[in-house]
Amino acid sequence: MTWFILRRCGAAVMVLLLGSVLIFLGVRALPGDPAVVMAGEDASPALVAAIREEYGLDQPLPVQYVEYLRQTLSGNLGRSTQDQLPVTTILAERLPVTLELTALAMLVAITVGVLAGIVAAVRRGRLADYVATGFGLAGLSVPPFWLGLLAILLFSVTLRWLPASGYVPFTEDPVGNLQRMVLPTLVLGMGFAAVLMRQTRSAMLSALSADYIRTARSKGLPERAVVGVHALRNSLTTVVTVLGLQLGALISGAVVTEQIFVIPGFGKLTVDAVLTRNYPVIQAVVLVTVTAYVVINLLVDIAYAFLNPRIRLSGASHG
Amino acid sequence: MSLLDVTDLTVGFDTEDGHVHAVKEISFSLEEGEILALCGESGCGKTVTAMAVPRLLPPHTTRLSGSIRLGGRELTTLPEPLMRQVRGSEVSVVFQEPMTSLNPSFTVGFQIAEVLRRHENLSRAAARGRAVELLELVGIPAPAQRIKEYPHQLSGGMRQRVMIAIAVACSPRVLIADEPTTALDVTIQAGVLDVFRDLRDRLGTAIILITHDLGVVADIADRAVVMYAGRAAEQAPVEELFARPRHPYTLGLMRALPAAAVAGPAGRRRLAEIPGMVPSPLTDPDGCAFHARCPRRQDDCLAARPPLVRHGPAHLAACFHPGHPGEQP
Repeated sequence: MTWFILRRCGAAVMVLLLGSVLIFLGVRALPGDPAVVMAGEDASPALVAAIREEYGLDQPLPVQYVEYLRQTLSGNLGRSTQDQLPVTTILAERLPVTLELTALAMLVAITVGVLAGIVAAVRRGRLADYVATGFGLAGLSVPPFWLGLLAILLFSVTLRWLPASGYVPFTEDPVGNLQRMVLPTLVLGMGFAAVLMRQTRSAMLSALSADYIRTARSKGLPERAVVGVHALRNSLTTVVTVLGLQLGALISGAVVTEQIFVIPGFGKLTVDAVLTRNYPVIQAVVLVTVTAYVVINLLVDIAYAFLNPRIRLSGASHG
Repeated sequence: MSLLDVTDLTVGFDTEDGHVHAVKEISFSLEEGEILALCGESGCGKTVTAMAVPRLLPPHTTRLSGSIRLGGRELTTLPEPLMRQVRGSEVSVVFQEPMTSLNPSFTVGFQIAEVLRRHENLSRAAARGRAVELLELVGIPAPAQRIKEYPHQLSGGMRQRVMIAIAVACSPRVLIADEPTTALDVTIQAGVLDVFRDLRDRLGTAIILITHDLGVVADIADRAVVMYAGRAAEQAPVEELFARPRHPYTLGLMRALPAAAVAGPAGRRRLAEIPGMVPSPLTDPDGCAFHARCPRRQDDCLAARPPLVRHGPAHLAACFHPGHPGEQP
């Protein structure tokens, strides 16, 4: 098991290194010259050249990359070209906001999606199944920006139950923070819950038709143990896979959701940085996203091994 | 009163193609410590008959009538929560497919201990200790190590022994074994059959053995019910059945045994076969279901369905032309 985890971690580091090269090259392939943007439209060529030199933009690409990697590893992600703030400071401010939003959305999605999936599978072909699959279809089809606008109209404008937008840090005003998080969380979580519901339902259906379920029933186990222990355990690998795969969708969903609800998070930071060709911020944002992706997939792999003894034990025999 | 009395059991299923008549008016009884074989070819209703006893048939599509009494208690009308107490403790099942009947995600020890904790209220540690004893009982070496292993680490024969350990964990009165050796190598089969014989001798468990293999019937069973197209064709103690088969279907099955193969041209031995096909279970016409394939058929076979008639102390056969008692298979 230890060997298995070590191998996976090694692979993750390789992916991150490769990712850093791609990020570095990708950002430089973008059209537009950051030195021109920083200097302003009417700046003299001399000023542009000075800025280019100051930020090392006149160096050959490999030199720039090595310097970039060295700085990144020592925790220095450079300064924003917009306001000269260190990128790490900006991230420290924005990242927790998005983490809270995605974590809450994930919590809602897992609770609603997995439960609805189990119920739909167990009550297949009956009312509960139709309600759950109908909800699933709606959750997949309705775009979050539209759902978000409708939610604001209903709950904020008409009913006046919840604030329409904005953000208060949890540490300053816990109630206000949660009040403002309810709508974005639901809007972001619903589509995700729909995907999870459908995957859980089909995984549970195939598990419930397996021979070992008949064995479990022949033991006289109550249905909640047959479903909740024997079938669910074998469906969880699918659910965990979907969780890992959908993380990308969740991040891009967060970008849209943050725009609608004017939440100063990571998604908004990304959009603003791209619009102003803020190279250091774009690099940092993509690097953080890639890292999040790699770490989540690493956790998914490790969770697999815990859930599936065949993976876990084949890893052990190699070690 | 016998340990288990099945009377006029009829089971059908509602399917998209219509109502399937799987089992029709089957009656049999099972005594304590007896091994009863239900035999016949695929689709004859032997598995459905046996699975009706612990009520393991799909509840929403199954139509069942008749009576199943275990120790005098009617099982067909027992409320489901009470039925769950019967399953696994008084009636338990060993399934045909050892490769897929165990849950791949849990250790063998957990899966044995689970049934003990459910029915005997044993503590975790006590259940674990019992699981080791049970593995030893069914002939698994190094049981203390084996209980920590997962099904995929065991061979097919070992898994079937684990299934048997689960089934006998709570000392059931009736053990149903559905083709327990079919998926196993021939060399493993004999060992698994020995486990059943041993359990019957040591624990007095009554066993319903479902099989298409008359060799297995001759080897282990005390009595046999031969089924054809959902009905009992013949029922007799095994020695009597093999010595004096009365139904032409039983006779055909015996002639299909490799030991009974007849010498053909060029010294090749050829297995006898029963010509024709099993009738569709979607219909239930009058007359003998076997008539289309029967070498003894007469006009009366189509006119009415032959009833089970007594041909000896415990020998019943459903045929208008049962032949001579001395006719050799």
